[in-house]
Amino acid sequence: MARVHDRGGWPTDEPIDQSPHESMDWELRVHALHSVLGEKGLRRTDELRRAIESLPPEQYESMTYYERWTAALEALLLEKGVLSVDEIDRKVDELEQAGILQ
Amino acid sequence: MTRLESAAFQPGDRVVVRVDYPHRHIRTPRYIQGKTGQISALCGVFPNPETLAYGENGLPPQPLYRVEFVQAEVWETYRGPLTDKLLMDIYEGWLEPANHPANH
Repeated sequence: MARVHDRGGWPTDEPIDQSPHESMDWELRVHALHSVLGEKGLRRTDELRRAIESLPPEQYESMTYYERWTAALEALLLEKGVLSVDEIDRKVDELEQAGILQ
Repeated sequence: MTRLESAAFQPGDRVVVRVDYPHRHIRTPRYIQGKTGQISALCGVFPNPETLAYGENGLPPQPLYRVEFVQAEVWETYRGPLTDKLLMDIYEGWLEPANHPANH
């Protein structure tokens, strides 16, 4: 049984959409954050892949490419002790109070 | 730099891809597992991505091979020419010598 990310050979008649698309600003920032962490030796490409592959299948399916990168970013930052659960929760709370996050 | 003398396989060797689907990070997709192909080249020796993925140092490094497969042998419903090939980079630990000689 292949894992959710292991897509090669999954049966479908749907053609692959190969049209180019622009990345949104937040997506570019997520990519940049991953690069910076990589430069600081806090994250490897292999770890990013593993973190994405570890997402629950239903989350993997419903997320976009960079949403998965974001989820992986959070998981790796927690795993490596760069941020704590409490720090993230407090920041999210603060942003919600300020009306910046829904 | 490639250490040919310590590599298990040489270009031209027929190999079969192991079948395994652990729940940890691997770089060998399910659709190529169990298939037989031929070593095209030794790409090099690299730290093991399966352990790098968990913060380990990836040592000892693993030989990585470019393996050539016949598309018609990979896909049951393949309709293209029998000469069509699929090239995939596969780590040595996933390859075993093929028992039967090539018959085409």
